[in-house]
Amino acid sequence: MARLELKQLSKRYGDFFAARDVTLDVADGEFLVLLGPSGCGKTTTLRMIAGFVEPTAGSVQIGENDVTRLPAWKRNTGLVFQSYALFPHLTVAQNVAFGLEMRKVPKAEADRQVAGALELVRLGHLGERLPRQLSGGQQQRVALARALAFRPDVLLLDEPLSNLDAKLRQEVRIEIRKLQQSLNLTTVMVTHDQEEALTMADRLVVMSEGSVMQVGSQRDLYERPADRFVAGFVGRSSFVSGTLETPQLFRTAGGIPVACNTKLMPGPATVALRPERVTVAPAALSDMDNDFPGEVEFVSYLGGLIDLHVRLSPKDLVIAQIPNREDGFMPAVGEKVHVGWTAATTAVFPGAGDDAGSDELQPD
Amino acid sequence: MTAVGSIDTRAIGRWALIGVAGLTLFYILLPLLSITWLSFYSQEIPSFPPEGYTFRWYFSILSNDRFVDGLLLSIQLGVSATAIGLAVSVPAALCLSRFRFPGREALNNVLLLPLMVPGVVLGTALYVFHVEAEIATGGELHILGSTLGLLSGHVLVVIPWVVRLVMASLAGFDRTLEEAAQNLGADRWTTFRRITLPGILPGVVAGAMFGFVASFGNLEMSLFLVGPGRTTLPIAILQYLEWKIDPSIAAVSVVQIVLIGAAMLVTDRFVKISRVV
Repeated sequence: MARLELKQLSKRYGDFFAARDVTLDVADGEFLVLLGPSGCGKTTTLRMIAGFVEPTAGSVQIGENDVTRLPAWKRNTGLVFQSYALFPHLTVAQNVAFGLEMRKVPKAEADRQVAGALELVRLGHLGERLPRQLSGGQQQRVALARALAFRPDVLLLDEPLSNLDAKLRQEVRIEIRKLQQSLNLTTVMVTHDQEEALTMADRLVVMSEGSVMQVGSQRDLYERPADRFVAGFVGRSSFVSGTLETPQLFRTAGGIPVACNTKLMPGPATVALRPERVTVAPAALSDMDNDFPGEVEFVSYLGGLIDLHVRLSPKDLVIAQIPNREDGFMPAVGEKVHVGWTAATTAVFPGAGDDAGSDELQPD
Repeated sequence: MTAVGSIDTRAIGRWALIGVAGLTLFYILLPLLSITWLSFYSQEIPSFPPEGYTFRWYFSILSNDRFVDGLLLSIQLGVSATAIGLAVSVPAALCLSRFRFPGREALNNVLLLPLMVPGVVLGTALYVFHVEAEIATGGELHILGSTLGLLSGHVLVVIPWVVRLVMASLAGFDRTLEEAAQNLGADRWTTFRRITLPGILPGVVAGAMFGFVASFGNLEMSLFLVGPGRTTLPIAILQYLEWKIDPSIAAVSVVQIVLIGAAMLVTDRFVKISRVV
C-alpha cells in the first residue's frame, strides 16, 4: 500500500468544472471518504485517480510515482464498481485471478492468492460459480476480492454499498472497514450516504459543485463545519438568518438577539444550530447563554427521539431534538416552551440565506 | 360484456392466432417440402403423381462437375468473404457504436447499402467498375471475371449483416466491464480480446452466419462477376435449368437447404441466434 496525493486536480468540460483544484493527501493505510450530493465531483475525482478521466490540470501521485499521464492499466489501483462489473463469462475464481493474470503471476502462485482473496471475503467455496449464480451481497464481495487479489497500491470504492439492501449494508460497512484496517489498505471511497461515510472513514472530504468544501474527521465536520453547506450536509442543522452586529451578538430577522462567539466581521449572516444541542424546557433556562420563549409548532415522533419545531418569532423557527424519556418533558403542539443553547454551539456563517428560518438541508 | 362473452372472445382470438400462424408457417415450408419430395421422383420430367421414388438424382449431381465445382467455389467464397467481412465489420461496428464523429450516420448507411441495393444493380455497378479499372490500368489489372473480383463483391454482401448484428450486440454490452478489465491491468487490446469479444460473440457469430448464407445463396450479383468456367452453385443451377428440368435440380436445392440448416443448428448450439436477431 502507498500514499496517495492529489495536487490541484481539475477536470473541465467547456465552462463547467466537474472537479476544481482538488488537493488531497491520503496517508498510507488511511480510509478517506469523498462525500457529497450527486454531481459534486466526487466520482470524477475517483475516476481521475483510477485513470478513466484525464485531468485538465493537476497531478495524481501514488507512492513515489506521478501517474497523472499513465493509462488506467498501468496504475495499480483496485476499483470496486457500483455495479460490481464482474465479468459474466468468467467464474468467480477467474474474475479474481484476472488482475494476477495480467501481471503474469505464475499459475500456482496466482491460484494461491485467489484462494486467499476469496477466503478473505468468505467465499472460498464459490470459486467455480458464475457471477449470475450469486446473490447481490456475494457479488459485491467477489468484486472486493478481485480488487484486492493483485495487491493494489490504492483501493478505490465507488458507492460500493448502494446496491445492497439496508440491513446488509450495515453489516458490509463494518466488514469492509475491518478488512481495510487489518490489511492497512490506503482507501478512497465515494458515497452520498453520510451515515456510511461517518461509520467507515478515518477522514472525510465534503465536496460540492466540484470543489472540496472541508476535509476533516467526523468530529471536525460535525462540531466545526467550515461553511453553511457542510453544516447542512453533515448531520442536520436548523438555520436562522439575520445580521451579525458584533462578534458576540447576532440579531435574527425577527429581531431576537442571539449570543455567539465568532471571528466574523459584522454583516448579514446565518446561524446554524444542531437540533440535539438545543434544550427545551417548560420554564426559563437561566443558565444558558441563549434562552427564548416560543411556541411548539410541529412535533415529529421518531421513537427514541422527538423533533420539535419551535417558533420564536413570526420569522424565526428553531428545530430541537429531544430524547424520548419516560420522565422527560414532552410538549404538545401549541404549547408555550423555552428553548436554550450555548454561545459555543451557535455556528455563524457569513451571508443571510434566502431560505431563512425554517430551512433544513437534509441529504437523502 | 358478460364474463362468458369475454372468455369466448379470448378463445376465438387464440384460435385465430394459431390459425394464421399455422397458415403462415405452412406457406413458408411448402416450397421446401415440395422440392424435397420432388427430389425423390423417379421420372425425369417432373409430373404429378410421381411414378416412383429413387435416390438416383442425388448420385447424378455427384457426377456432375459443374455442380460439384460450383458447390466448392460457393463454399470457398462464402468462407473467405465471411472471414474478410468479419475483419472489416467488427472494427467498423465498434467505431460506429462508440464514437460520435462527423459523417457517422452517412458511413453507417453506406455500410448497410449492399443490403438495400438490388443484386442486379450491385452486380452491374461492380462489373462497370471492374471494366473501368482494367481500362484505367491499361489492362495491367486483371480483375474482370477473376476470383478476387468475385470475392470482393461477396465481401460487400457480408458486411451489412455483420455490422448490423455486432452493433446490436454492442448496444447491450456494459462498458464498465471494460473499465474493470483496464483497472485490473489489461491494455486496450487485451480488454477487447478477453472481455469485449466474448460479450459480443453472439452478434459476431450470428452476423457471420447470416453473412455466409447471403454469400452462399447470392445469384444476381455473382452473375456479373464470374469468369468463364468458374461458376458458383446458384449459377450452375440456373445454367442447368436453361437446358433441362429434372429432379436433380431439386436434389441440389435439398443439399443446399440441408447445408444451411445444419450450419444454423450448429451455430445455435453455441450461440442462441434467437437472442440476437
